[in-house]
Amino acid sequence: MKLPIYLDYSATTPVDPRVAEKMIPYLVEKFGNPASRSHSFGWEADAAVEQAREQVAALVNADPKEIIWTSGATESNNLAIKGAAHFYAGTKGKHIITVKTEHKAVLDTVREMERQGFEATYLDVQENGLLDLEAFKAAIRPDTVLASVMFVNNEVGVIQPIAELGEICREKGIVFHVDAAQATGKVDIDLQQLKVDLMSFSAHKTYGPKGIGALYVRRKPRIRLEAQMHGGGHERGFRSGTLATHQIVGMGEAFRLAKEEMAEENKRIGALRDKLLKGLQDIEATYVNGDLTHRVAHNLNISFAYVEGESMIMAIKDLAVSSGSACTSASLEPSYVLRALGRDDELAHSSIRFSIGRFTTEEEIDYAIKLLHAKVGKLRELSPLWEMVQEGVDLSTVQWAAH
Amino acid sequence: MSYSVKVIDHYENPRNVGSFGKEEDGVGTGMVGAPACGDVMKLQIKVNKSGVIEDAKFKTYGCGSAIASSSLVTEWVKGKTVDQALSIKNTEIAEELALPPVKIHCSILAEDAIKAAVADYKKKHGE
Repeated sequence: MKLPIYLDYSATTPVDPRVAEKMIPYLVEKFGNPASRSHSFGWEADAAVEQAREQVAALVNADPKEIIWTSGATESNNLAIKGAAHFYAGTKGKHIITVKTEHKAVLDTVREMERQGFEATYLDVQENGLLDLEAFKAAIRPDTVLASVMFVNNEVGVIQPIAELGEICREKGIVFHVDAAQATGKVDIDLQQLKVDLMSFSAHKTYGPKGIGALYVRRKPRIRLEAQMHGGGHERGFRSGTLATHQIVGMGEAFRLAKEEMAEENKRIGALRDKLLKGLQDIEATYVNGDLTHRVAHNLNISFAYVEGESMIMAIKDLAVSSGSACTSASLEPSYVLRALGRDDELAHSSIRFSIGRFTTEEEIDYAIKLLHAKVGKLRELSPLWEMVQEGVDLSTVQWAAH
Repeated sequence: MSYSVKVIDHYENPRNVGSFGKEEDGVGTGMVGAPACGDVMKLQIKVNKSGVIEDAKFKTYGCGSAIASSSLVTEWVKGKTVDQALSIKNTEIAEELALPPVKIHCSILAEDAIKAAVADYKKKHGE
């Protein structure tokens, strides 16, 4: 077993070696510009791009013509939200609905729309991290033009009720955008069934390369967008810029593998996650963050109370994980996602996200469980909060000197 | 976060972890910070008859540099009089541990912990 052990697949995944192998020829020999119509170099690259488009579309049961290449999910989210809101603002209105637990690529884009004169509603989630459909309905206004809700949350892995939300939006004539960066290869996505108008994808969360993503733009009923990137009119004018053939080929192959293997893979990964959960639950005062049923198989987000997240990460440096602790971010604020779940700040600071993936082994999970038992114990010996709790002090009654 | 060798040493081998009885003679207890902010430090000093700190203990909930800062001050206060201990400045702590700028608040908290422990000692001993 090699150390450190990578348990941060929700941050990014390695490129599957089978994917890398497919990409390399498009860097060296088959380097043509897919937009070159006058020679075989261009035709060859164009064929590879179109094959990849089919592979991406196949994973989500869409028409290849509905797939637009972008640089990643952040760009897809920007193009979807800005592009649709601007296009439909004149006919529909200037109100946008989103959720407090969205990725920053959505939240910050919606903030920008507010600066441009739109109004926004940021919905709370329930304690389990899921959006309440009634609260969503209640937020809809006659001038609501767009709603943006993520499929799978990046921190706690909960799956939002996209099918139900799609029905509501379609009935009300609201453009519905879904950030699915964390969902591909993890949950079944059928865009023939789901009433989603725009969906963002990323390659590097699904064993493809970084720097490439896609946006699904529905054709029936047709969704129109204002382009955000102008130039040579690539991607039917939605997104100009020379296509990165090797990246696109990588994304296509990664999504093809996901379609082929996800059923088996999710079973295996789910069993490992459940083993990890079981192995950690006998540590006193641990709390799972987010719903356990409506959740992807890969994610486990746990707060080890009275142990601060960054010191925990230092103690378990053999494990590559992430934390909602303020100390692991530049902002000195604990995770806004966990706070939106109603977790108090102490538990947000104490949270660790484990995300399991294709190359995680059972031996690695066993190692992680053993290590965590030892280190949580050690850090609690060091924790004045743990000492007070052992003495029977109720921490919520203590007057803290805030600094 | 990339830390200095000294922070990592204090984090991995924290000095003087533990507690004295709060009512023990000569003991001053300082507790600073708040769980919501992600750091709580408890520093205790044990002062002998001649006003010299002869022992110190700490427990800290917080990041690596908070643990290191409090571990370091338990070493520094030992052998000092309570008034000498009060002259320890956060800048010296930050410099000794080469704390990155975003972690300076940890050294401030450690200085506050010394002040709080001394104040508690003085209050109990009628100074």
